Amino acid sequence: MANKVIYAVYEDPEQLKDGARKLVSNGIRVKDVYSPFPVHGLDPIIGVKRTRLAIAAFMFGITGTCLALLGIWYFNIFDWPMNIGGKPSQALYKNLPAFIPVTFEFTVLCAAHGMSITYLIRNKTLPGMPARNPDPRSTDDKFIIEVRTADNHGHSAEAISGLLRTTPVFEINERQY
Amino acid sequence: MHSEAAIREPLILGHKTYHDITNDIVGPIENKAPKGWYILMGIASLIAAYGTGCILYLISKGIGAWGLNKTVDWAWDITNFVWWVGIGHAGTLISAVLLLFRQKWRMAINRSAEAMTIFAVIMAATFPGIHMGRIWMSYWVLPLPNQFGSLWVNFNSPLLWDVFAISTYFSVSLVFWYIGLIPDFATIRDKVAKPGMKKVYGILSFGWTGNAKAWTRFEEVSLVLAGIATPLVFSVHSVVSFDFATSVIPGWHTTIFPPYFVSGAVFSGFAMVQTLLLILRKVMHLEAYITRKHVEYMNIVIIVTGSIVGVAYITELFISWYSGVEYESYAFINRATGPYWWAYWSMMTCNVISPQLFWFKKLRTNLAFTFFMSIIVNIGMWFERFVIIVTSLHRDYLPSSWSMFHPTWVDVGVFLGTIGIFFTLYLLFARYFPVLALNEVKSILKVSGESYKKEAAHHHHH
Repeated sequence: MANKVIYAVYEDPEQLKDGARKLVSNGIRVKDVYSPFPVHGLDPIIGVKRTRLAIAAFMFGITGTCLALLGIWYFNIFDWPMNIGGKPSQALYKNLPAFIPVTFEFTVLCAAHGMSITYLIRNKTLPGMPARNPDPRSTDDKFIIEVRTADNHGHSAEAISGLLRTTPVFEINERQY
Repeated sequence: MHSEAAIREPLILGHKTYHDITNDIVGPIENKAPKGWYILMGIASLIAAYGTGCILYLISKGIGAWGLNKTVDWAWDITNFVWWVGIGHAGTLISAVLLLFRQKWRMAINRSAEAMTIFAVIMAATFPGIHMGRIWMSYWVLPLPNQFGSLWVNFNSPLLWDVFAISTYFSVSLVFWYIGLIPDFATIRDKVAKPGMKKVYGILSFGWTGNAKAWTRFEEVSLVLAGIATPLVFSVHSVVSFDFATSVIPGWHTTIFPPYFVSGAVFSGFAMVQTLLLILRKVMHLEAYITRKHVEYMNIVIIVTGSIVGVAYITELFISWYSGVEYESYAFINRATGPYWWAYWSMMTCNVISPQLFWFKKLRTNLAFTFFMSIIVNIGMWFERFVIIVTSLHRDYLPSSWSMFHPTWVDVGVFLGTIGIFFTLYLLFARYFPVLALNEVKSILKVSGESYKKEAAHHHHH
């Protein structure tokens, strides 16, 4: 039997959530959902786990803090201490108040850019990448559920479509793949 | 679904569908620009070209071409720098701080306010760059080992803090803005028919797909970036104020400077947002999205920050007398009654007295009056920086070196030029970029849209 992919197109995020709930409660696995904006409350229904990007940002930030302090210590304390206005650069902890602004800025710099780069790579969104949304309307006004028969061996394409028709679906498209 | 109190005014007027929002924003990008755009662009690019000429002249002649002298060695250059950085603050405040507070009215204005931030920071960064005189040596501000022995930059200096603050602020704002733009570029990519445009927006959209996991990550990135951009935006203008506050010049050496500068920055930034948005909504027909209520909310921010600035001015004045420091009191008496009295009183009128008119609801919801006031506030905030910088310097500790500052045509040309470049960039943005955050505006449509709210209220009553 050829594998089929079914796209259920909705016009409203709440209706889409009803559709997804119906599928999942009947033991059908939802492959993915495409929408023009984030649909709140969808992730627990279709089993999307919480992202760990915030943890990554924290790690990048801490790295930035350490690098900044290490660098400043090396430049201004160890390698070439300067005596400016009778305030010599003697030890990191003695000059620390004056070093806080740059340390803070560098922490933010590393956290923000580290997180953003991770985000772009994880989402596979980089310059020149092809778009993978199945229907161009999904970035405009349509909300689309994707179900694959390969993921749902106990259910035929007809049965899945039939189930979807009991929800306020706008249209159903089936494709071979 | 999350619903909103019926008493709250709608943020999207009339009956719109998701598709209408796409059409309203992408339509103008696809079609020919209106005549007004070409006229404005012509004027802005002429001024920009003249300003670029002045900058090149300045670089070839050296900063002696400005009116600086040995007493007033900082004047319009640093005034313009602080003015532009200040204007930049509103964009991040709207997109980051208002995101943390879950203010839905930010969604129609954050995109264009962030664009304004980025262009304003570019203009600001121009000034310290050209003030170096030898701009080709500007990499000396970075901690790089050099051929003169391993002498490093001084991390105790606020001027170096500024290098880190401004470059972090600029690059983080740019990335924050671009990450928000990616899904909207994808909407344009999927909508336009012309193959050339499809290709360009396809590249700009980085292959955005809009699947569930991507949106989850998108929201997490937006939230965390907002969380770290919030202390960043406050730190940036604090660091700018340290350039003055850590020196021992009367009128500069005050601990009040960081909060005073930050609120002044937000005050002037919102005024510039008003100036730009009131034009944009008219030219691009965005009246349904950028409503009178949005304008009123921004005017409320202007009253609050304007009043903080007013309190700061009066506190400064009081402390200069109360401290008993002779030099400090003289600096302030000289500001108000000395040869620069006109600059001081222009500042006081524009920044302290005029925003108080917004207490009247009639005035703060009047678009023409708001536009007029936004210009007044920006003039006032330029004078504030001029007053702080020049009046404190021009009469220093030695009366024999007292002098005045007279701007040359290069001072004027460079300043006007940055306004021209700024507007050129902004007009290009308004023409080719989605001027509203499409994905965010769509997400509040059914909660804050006028027709949906009416429908919900109707259901409620029956």
